[in-house]
Amino acid sequence: MIDDSGQTRVGKGTVFVNAEICKGCAYCIEFCPADCLRFSRNYNAKGYHYPVLAKPEACVGCNTCGQYCPDYAIFGMRYKDIDALEAERKAAASGKGDETPGREP
Amino acid sequence: MKASPEGVLTGVHFMDGDHAACEGALAAGCRFVAGYPITPSTEVVERFAARIPTVGGMFIQMEDELASSIAILGGAWGGKKVMTVTSGPGLSLMMEHIGLAVITEVPCVIVDVQRGGPSTGLPTLPAQADMMQVKWGSHGDYEIIALAPSSPQECFDLMIKAFNLAETWRCPVFFMMDEVVGHMVERVEIPPADQIEVVERRWSTKPPSEYRAYEPGPDLVPDMVKAGDGYHVHITGLTHDERGYPALNPAAQDRLVRRLSDKILKNADKMVDVREDGCDDADIIVVSYGITSRVADAAVDMARAAGLKVGSARLVVCWPFPDEVIRGYASRAKAIVVPEINLGQMVREVRRVVSCLPVYGVDHAGGSVHEPERILDVIKQAASDVGLAGGNGGRS
Amino acid sequence: MNVKDIMVSEASGGAEETRQAPIENPVLKYMRRDRMPHIWCPGCGIGTAVNCFTRALDSSGLDMDKVAIVSGIGCTGRVAGYMDLDSFHTTHGRAIPFATGLHLSNPDLKVIVFSGDGDLFAIGGNHFLHAARRNMDMLVICINNYTYGMTGGQVAPTTPLKSTQSTMPFGNFEEPMNLPFIADAAGATYVARWTVFHVRQVVRAIKEGFEHKGFSFIEIMSPCPTLYLRRNKLGDGVDQVRWFKEHSVLKNGADTKDVALRAQDPISVGKFVERDAPTWLDSRNAQLASVLGARFVTTGGSDGHN
Repeated sequence: MIDDSGQTRVGKGTVFVNAEICKGCAYCIEFCPADCLRFSRNYNAKGYHYPVLAKPEACVGCNTCGQYCPDYAIFGMRYKDIDALEAERKAAASGKGDETPGREP
Repeated sequence: MKASPEGVLTGVHFMDGDHAACEGALAAGCRFVAGYPITPSTEVVERFAARIPTVGGMFIQMEDELASSIAILGGAWGGKKVMTVTSGPGLSLMMEHIGLAVITEVPCVIVDVQRGGPSTGLPTLPAQADMMQVKWGSHGDYEIIALAPSSPQECFDLMIKAFNLAETWRCPVFFMMDEVVGHMVERVEIPPADQIEVVERRWSTKPPSEYRAYEPGPDLVPDMVKAGDGYHVHITGLTHDERGYPALNPAAQDRLVRRLSDKILKNADKMVDVREDGCDDADIIVVSYGITSRVADAAVDMARAAGLKVGSARLVVCWPFPDEVIRGYASRAKAIVVPEINLGQMVREVRRVVSCLPVYGVDHAGGSVHEPERILDVIKQAASDVGLAGGNGGRS
Repeated sequence: MNVKDIMVSEASGGAEETRQAPIENPVLKYMRRDRMPHIWCPGCGIGTAVNCFTRALDSSGLDMDKVAIVSGIGCTGRVAGYMDLDSFHTTHGRAIPFATGLHLSNPDLKVIVFSGDGDLFAIGGNHFLHAARRNMDMLVICINNYTYGMTGGQVAPTTPLKSTQSTMPFGNFEEPMNLPFIADAAGATYVARWTVFHVRQVVRAIKEGFEHKGFSFIEIMSPCPTLYLRRNKLGDGVDQVRWFKEHSVLKNGADTKDVALRAQDPISVGKFVERDAPTWLDSRNAQLASVLGARFVTTGGSDGHN
């Protein structure tokens, strides 16, 4: 679940990076059409630098990064798709709510 | 269960061993054959190509034996009973895939109509010189099953047994014919389908979430599945664990390779098939297989007529080698004679098992069957060496 | 690639928060998660090609229980092991005849061969030729990384002239194969070449390969950073993929004779061949039906009893 408290949204989308499985190949950085990814100064347990959203305002969630990644470490999503998913989950969760009589299914 | 009638050519036929082998395969339920022409085996697949379109199934002539030997493994994973057919040079090309069939536990029948070798050798003449090759020819440690028919009728009957063994033990089963058995024409009686017992593949009854591709049953054989049924199996020639995933370490190797070996050797007693005649009180036992056994029978008759007590033991299942049966002769007989059309192959197995008994090979470099007199000479030599000639019962 | 050139500057703090993903990476749905991470090197293009393959599967509408993948031996040969499909890791060069047997014994399966250039065209060359000639209904995806990677970077039939490889330590002097030309000449009815730069086109080509009836061949050029690129001082994987981007020329419908790869020349990419022709099974069934009439029993279902 996304907890947006404290995180302002800039741009039209964002990326999700599993830093520990990234192998620092830089395909995503190279081919991002908005040139908004850069390596973190940090590195993971295997010693690879992993990408971070250096220009979050430029990200549109096109998932080009996710289409290139050979390790399936990064993918992008549009905020509107993230929100739609969240709404779907909330609806499913409340639909499975308790059977108090009088409550609509 | 009973054979499916569409594959059974019930009736009395006059046909050669190659054709009878094809009919045996069809009766056993074989519905996918990939082959490549090679003398003297070609007739098996020629007949299959002609028969299968009206039985229902598939034949494809592949571009070489490497392709045939692996196409049948693909065919088995598609759910079919499968066979390929070859002779010595083609068998040599199939070696890698024999190993693949063993390690992935694929039921299949490989017919080798043996001819003179090595190399191109004598394409149209018999030999029995591939016996060790099927057991040891592929790299690594492995066990297989091999049968040796001695007549066209047996090419039919034992082919059904070969498929049944393959499906029971999930391994390659070799059908060791030779050019004479393959090309001789004799009476072959094919019974009605409901008199033919066939063994079906042991399909798993577990749902995909619980199925483990190489988890053995109590008989050391895992249940099988086929592609397309939702199991999403992973099958690899790499050493693998019970999920079928590569496991490249000594512990996994020990587990897998030992189980594959034990699967055959520890169940060998269920596969024994030695046809004996007069061995119970014989002084000399002639151990033979395939076409040579028919010549040996003539020699045995002549020896008996000369007053010797000679038994004959015909190996129908040559691999796994019937250690216990042969060892049993050591306590009863005084000598063993092993005629074969090679420079000594199965005789080594006999010697391995009965180290205390004199064992005489009657070798033949290939190209024809033995003369019975030659086998008789060795029987007489053996008799003389162990002090039987001239009515002297004890050893000198 | 110089990592420092593409690293966040000290000044841009705050860009490094980690977010919890709402879903797992969409590629993983088609992978055996219990076998991840895979063995391929950093910057190896095989992972990207597999990424494209999963996205093609995802939008193909195919029943994943009926898709079977067959690989040979080599780095690309490991693809089968990672896919959550009926998957077969066979012997070197023999994925295609295995796939032939699988297909013919159960024509309801969608059979894909996914293997490398050496596996399919050196040791496996003969099998490739005959399956193409037969227009056997299968899709063959060939990752061409110019080398035998798994065994340490030996020369392959696709290695460019003058490149150094471990068994051509003084520079390759063998003319490399033009894979689309061979496929076309042998009779393949769908032939395309792309590179791992062309992620969207690869997905589309694979989907076209799924739908095409007959022998489909897709060559995907891919970097081998650890062996081919390193030995020939061509940089990292990303440098090679950038090179693919800068040097690819779209040549849909080109004569395959003209698409040979030369080390410094542009790479012709595109869909070169797409034509309709009866598959092996179609031809067989038609022929036998015409000769045998009602006596012909078409190859049936997939149960072991038939």
